[in-house]
Amino acid sequence: MQELVVVGNGMAGARAVEEILTRGGGETFRITMFGDEPHGNYNRILLSELLARGADPDGQLLEEDLFLNPWEWYRENGITLHAGVRVVRVDRFAHRVYADDGSIVRYDKLVLATGSRSFFPPTEGLWADNKTLTPGVFGFRTLHDTMAMMRYARGKQRAAVIGGGLLGLEAARGLQAHGLAAHVVHAAEGLMNQQLDAQAGRVLRRSLERLGITVHTGTRTTAIRRTTDGAVSGVTFTDGTTLDVDMVVVTAGIRPNIGLAMVSGLETQRGIVVDDQLRSVDDDDIYAVGECVQHRGEVYGLVAPLWEQATVLADHITGADPQAAYHGSRLATKLKVAGVDVAAMGLKEPERPDDEFVQFSEPGRGIYQTVIIRDGMLVGATLLGDISKVASLTQAFDRRVPLPEERIRLLFDLGAPTAEVGAAELADEAQVCNCNGVSKGQLVACVRDGQRTVGGVMGATRAGKGCGSCKGLVADIVEAALGGDLETDPAEAYYVPCIPMDKPTLMTEIRQRGLRSSSAVFAELAQDGAEHAGSKMALSSLLRTMWGEQYIDERDGRFINDRVHANIQRDGTFSVVPQIAGGVTTPAQLRRIAEVAERYNIPLLKLTGGQRIDLLGVRKEDLPRVWADLDMPSGHAYGKSFRTVKTCVGSDFCRFGLGDSTQLGIDIEQRYKGLESPAKMKLAVSGCPRNCAESYVKDVGIVAVEGGRWEIYVGGAAGATVRKGDLLATVDSRDEAVTLTGRFMQYYRENAKWLERSYDFVPRIGLTELRAIVVEDRDGIAGRLDEAMQDSVDAYYDPWQEHRHPATPGQFRDALPLVQLPKVPIR
Amino acid sequence: MDQIPVGEGRAFAVGDEQVAVFRPRGGGLHALQAVCPHRGGPLADGLIDAAQVVCPLHNHAFRLSDGRCTTGERSVQAYQVAVEDGEVVLRLTR
Repeated sequence: MQELVVVGNGMAGARAVEEILTRGGGETFRITMFGDEPHGNYNRILLSELLARGADPDGQLLEEDLFLNPWEWYRENGITLHAGVRVVRVDRFAHRVYADDGSIVRYDKLVLATGSRSFFPPTEGLWADNKTLTPGVFGFRTLHDTMAMMRYARGKQRAAVIGGGLLGLEAARGLQAHGLAAHVVHAAEGLMNQQLDAQAGRVLRRSLERLGITVHTGTRTTAIRRTTDGAVSGVTFTDGTTLDVDMVVVTAGIRPNIGLAMVSGLETQRGIVVDDQLRSVDDDDIYAVGECVQHRGEVYGLVAPLWEQATVLADHITGADPQAAYHGSRLATKLKVAGVDVAAMGLKEPERPDDEFVQFSEPGRGIYQTVIIRDGMLVGATLLGDISKVASLTQAFDRRVPLPEERIRLLFDLGAPTAEVGAAELADEAQVCNCNGVSKGQLVACVRDGQRTVGGVMGATRAGKGCGSCKGLVADIVEAALGGDLETDPAEAYYVPCIPMDKPTLMTEIRQRGLRSSSAVFAELAQDGAEHAGSKMALSSLLRTMWGEQYIDERDGRFINDRVHANIQRDGTFSVVPQIAGGVTTPAQLRRIAEVAERYNIPLLKLTGGQRIDLLGVRKEDLPRVWADLDMPSGHAYGKSFRTVKTCVGSDFCRFGLGDSTQLGIDIEQRYKGLESPAKMKLAVSGCPRNCAESYVKDVGIVAVEGGRWEIYVGGAAGATVRKGDLLATVDSRDEAVTLTGRFMQYYRENAKWLERSYDFVPRIGLTELRAIVVEDRDGIAGRLDEAMQDSVDAYYDPWQEHRHPATPGQFRDALPLVQLPKVPIR
Repeated sequence: MDQIPVGEGRAFAVGDEQVAVFRPRGGGLHALQAVCPHRGGPLADGLIDAAQVVCPLHNHAFRLSDGRCTTGERSVQAYQVAVEDGEVVLRLTR
């Protein structure tokens, strides 16, 4: 068995031993450790937290939190620990270490992990004598320092922290927690200038000042002023000014402990000089690890390099991997400095003329971010205040992966790739239309086969014919594939494909000619006077919107959902959603729904996102009886129409509610239920800005705010597209909210293209324009819009009453007579 | 014939076959296989014009005259159909 002696029981020494043990080093070595401090091994990084939490009597860091290895760990692993004993000399030729308690221990292999100590810059009055600091002056390095600081801080008013690096800022924040006013004195202009550039330092300074920490930069402390009995009373700065303080903490950097190595004849410069195996360059039997080490000219003061060093050392000393080599560490740190998030890696500033430098600064929010790129690789990044991108940046930094063309994407999610970039960069096999499974390659092939318009490609491939959210990207890909050869398809502006008119022109024609039915419109306005299946639904909706009760309803112009007032499902069954206005129901309703579900073997009962109950898998021929037995009005969960109003519990029950959102939601739904519109409309009313009914992402969303007022948002979405609605207006009463909601919806009904959801419509028209028209009545049409809406409301009838008298022969006749429905599994 | 409203379609079971019969507004009568070859949608529930029916599930379109799909799906069987004394008469050729 060989003797392994480890000098230093700090984080590096103990970690090295742990690594050695996990490689079976316990079999090879009898281990002896010397620790200067009279404790087991503890986590020095947590001292800042101990200081900050020590102020709170219940917040004492427990020993098990702070200590990394309890005494038992040493016992169990057969380690002899000399705690509080200092090794003063190594006899390299006799292979022995001499300690200050007189003990002498022989070694075969020696590990020096002596760490570093606080650096005290020469300052008048700092020392009471050769070894003792002036009472009230502290370093911030050890558990002893921390405990002494906390004891001394009791009842004190003000502290100066000398040195505005990481540790100094932590000390200032910690002392604040003990009730002291903290002043940070920093010689450089920028705080944390080891890690941050000057501008980041300034942003950090503002953040700290907001936390109540006073910062003095660009000045040194030349003297410590003392009271007559020798305790700290203040500090004097370079310019002669003074500051009265009760205590001083010196955090002006650290110095590696290299004294032992020096007296033992090992090569030392700033640290103990080691090779790639962490061995002293003078002695193959002596290793060194941690902050005391100088490797390839670098001395590290952070914990991550130390872990890497300990791994290599253990691999080599145990023979687990004789080839193990340490090549230095790329520093990427993520810290919370005095409550401010900081992440820094690599360079803090560009160094070469052709280094790319991307910088974002928002001092008001305490945010500062930079990235530095050289030859297409990330070589440095600083994140202050917002470190949400640290993971991807660290990955790019460590693995040197290629970076996005738009460098700003390293710092921000700019939503989906912009269409132009997306179209060009997409791989051929990338799926563009996720509904119909159409790839970019198929779109391009379609263009090659002769399609010259976006509409033509969409028709031939069915891309963009599902939810429609990919239409923009499809158009861009087609455009790119045509390379400027794109033929503008005039049909794209048409309201319906078979009539060459946009919506306003078409409406004018319809009104002037008094066309009240789809067939009349086709006959008069369509090319060849022929009707067109793909245009019928849009036309029927428009005619009903325009004519209200005067509309001549032709059933064949309706989509199946509107013919049978239910939503067709994949197997040809239907879903039935009764009206539950505002999501408020009763025991009697629930009982009826339950009975109907049992009576008709409804395969699935599901609560909808719109706060209703969906009966799914109903056979078409059962629909009339289901409605009759439910004896509830239609919930209109099937048409391009006003769908539902989601509400929260508002002011009646919720202790935060500012307005009766529940009743307002019910009233709005009752008034506008079932209104046909270019696309479906989902609404919500929330009783306070906590927005539990999700009003911000609805076609129209209403939010109660303090003072009996209601905010009205329009154009929100949380489906295939996610968009926060725009604040159209804030109104003073619920009646105004009802009216304005109606007026906006009527304007939308008259002006939106077919299937154009409000989230596209609102940005297309523009919020300012919408406000001018709908709220301020610039064009004098508000009254007419309100009247038209009232006509539509008056024309409403509950379609489920058709269970009494079918509108057409075989209206509810099975369309797949030989298929046993439902085909879906019954849960 | 009066089981089929003008401008719509209705499905009938004829032996082992399901047949959708359509009655366009402009006149005439057409019969197609009732099941969409794409995902089994009920063509009788589709919107029609003089020339085509559009499946209500995923908007595949089929020509009423011969059942050919104009949107890239397989075609459907078309049947000869006529009206005799107000009765729809189908000829299923096998």
